[in-house]
Amino acid sequence: MDAMQLLLWARGPALGIAFAIFLFGMLLRLFEIYSLGRNKDLAPPRSHSPGSGWRTVVMRSFSAKSMLKASMLTYVTGYTFHIGFFVVLLFLLPHIELIRSITGLHWPALPTPFIDLIAVASIIALIVALISRVMNPVKRFLSGFGDYLAWAVTLLPLLTGYLAYHHLLLDYTRMLAMHILSVELLLVVIPFTKLTHMATLFIARWYNGDWFARKGVAS
Amino acid sequence: MSASLQKGLNALREVMDAPIASFFSSCVHCGMCADACLFFTETHDPKYTPIHKLEPLRRLWKRDYTLFGRLGKLLGLSKPLSDEELAQWSPLVYDSCTLCGRCSLACPVGNDITYMVRKMREGMSVAGHAPEGMISATKRTIEIGSPMGVKLPALQAQIRAQEKETGLTIPIDVQGADYMAVLSSMEIINFPEYLGALAKIFHKAGVSWTLSSEAFEATNSGIQIGASDIAREIVLRIVTAAEKLRVKHVISPECGHAFTALRWEGPNLIGRPYHFSVVHILELLDELRSAGKLKTVGKEDKPLTFHDPCQLVRRGGVVQQPRTLLGDVATDFREMSDPGILNWCCGGGGGVSANERADELRLTAFKRKKTQLDELGVHTMVTACANCRIMLEDGLEHYNMNVSVVGLTELIANHLEE
Repeated sequence: MDAMQLLLWARGPALGIAFAIFLFGMLLRLFEIYSLGRNKDLAPPRSHSPGSGWRTVVMRSFSAKSMLKASMLTYVTGYTFHIGFFVVLLFLLPHIELIRSITGLHWPALPTPFIDLIAVASIIALIVALISRVMNPVKRFLSGFGDYLAWAVTLLPLLTGYLAYHHLLLDYTRMLAMHILSVELLLVVIPFTKLTHMATLFIARWYNGDWFARKGVAS
Repeated sequence: MSASLQKGLNALREVMDAPIASFFSSCVHCGMCADACLFFTETHDPKYTPIHKLEPLRRLWKRDYTLFGRLGKLLGLSKPLSDEELAQWSPLVYDSCTLCGRCSLACPVGNDITYMVRKMREGMSVAGHAPEGMISATKRTIEIGSPMGVKLPALQAQIRAQEKETGLTIPIDVQGADYMAVLSSMEIINFPEYLGALAKIFHKAGVSWTLSSEAFEATNSGIQIGASDIAREIVLRIVTAAEKLRVKHVISPECGHAFTALRWEGPNLIGRPYHFSVVHILELLDELRSAGKLKTVGKEDKPLTFHDPCQLVRRGGVVQQPRTLLGDVATDFREMSDPGILNWCCGGGGGVSANERADELRLTAFKRKKTQLDELGVHTMVTACANCRIMLEDGLEHYNMNVSVVGLTELIANHLEE
């Protein structure tokens, strides 16, 4: 398969397959969660606080100062990577074009050199996160194959995107194909690893916020 | 598979719900819960990472409640839970967790880890892996009526002593009183002045109240050990007595877990709402204060601080009331670091105080509170939980610290307007 054929396959059938697996997998995971249900809380809440679950969904991204201090490195790498990843995903012109070609939706792009900088910051954050995972006794203790797999498939799209943009390592067409394939690999892996948290963390935070608020505590 | 293991696994399956599945699905192994847990921060042992304490529960969830886990099980890729594994986890689930709830506030994906530890104990206790000390405390509660073995005559003796002390009558079994007060046996044995304080405050404020001879014990070791059937029985004693006396409210004493048991878990345990409301003594004092029925005179001039009982504050929502009340009777109230919902546990909640096996670890974990107190340099610590109070006094003595511990209700009673 030459580079162009690979690219066409990656952009065509492979993308469809990857999306299908991703969607099926995520729906399965959501079904696994919600099908278990939960008991109604019969204890009267301290006060009615509608929307408290949603509040925690948002506010849990902003931690208390002392929590922040206690886990500084994890927060800094976490914020940098997550924000960087989504900025690159959503504000690079070719990405917007792709989304436009599929959905018709579009928005202004950010300058490419800026995105380039953000991509590098995200890659560095991921590398620091990996070093921390290996060096920090708690993280090393908790980590297994799944953690390192999740790390690798998250890094690949950023790395191949960067290499393609700068015409490094492989010719542009082949590297672009690699980039798209790496995204597809990520999509396929998400539902079956801890990367599922991209969806389920909203559910977890919601329950957390709902419970704490019933007791009169904003979590 | 042994019958007890089978029962334990069934109990764990019983508690599996959507929140637990969402929590396990979301954990990214970031380790932040460790930084929030005093058993980790004071030992630096990774095995005390809160989410790790749930590993058997997570494995059961994965094997039985996820498609991939089930496939793995069919192909023999994962081992079933064993009795040895549960036995190995017993110290993690019981000794190194006070159900303080701090990790549940720290987790960036929002996992309520404390909720899961509470649920995991349901399976552990049925499978026979609860610690000896907690089993005995629970047995005493069922057979005698209180975890410390306190019987009615002991309470009656303390009532007489406090009546003499205060010159007031302490009502018992009064039909149709507005409030029924329950106590923790620690208060009956160690801090009977709490009872006298209630008598003085309620007399001044004109509150109609009573004790019950059939249900005076508020603590619930069934919840701490993780045995819902026993917890239900203990809660039902109070509910039955309160509904028999037709009181409007039951006052939870200065005991954090008693409040959690009665206020938040009770209705769920008995499967229906109560015909009365549950109010913590500090909530009631604050209400009386707002209504102008609780007037104090004079203030403590020495600097003092407040230790937040976890179940009362972080997991109970009584955050501002103790501070308002303290403001009335102290000129120099100083917050320790991480005050309010982020405060650190005394180290002995969640049944740890009844678990002798955990004593050494608990005293190591107390170094967290020691650090907070050393930073602040205050020699009087007020709190509102008898269990915290005993644990704090034990830790302070162990580390030769010159700090005295005071119950908030008694402090208020000492400053009542004559």
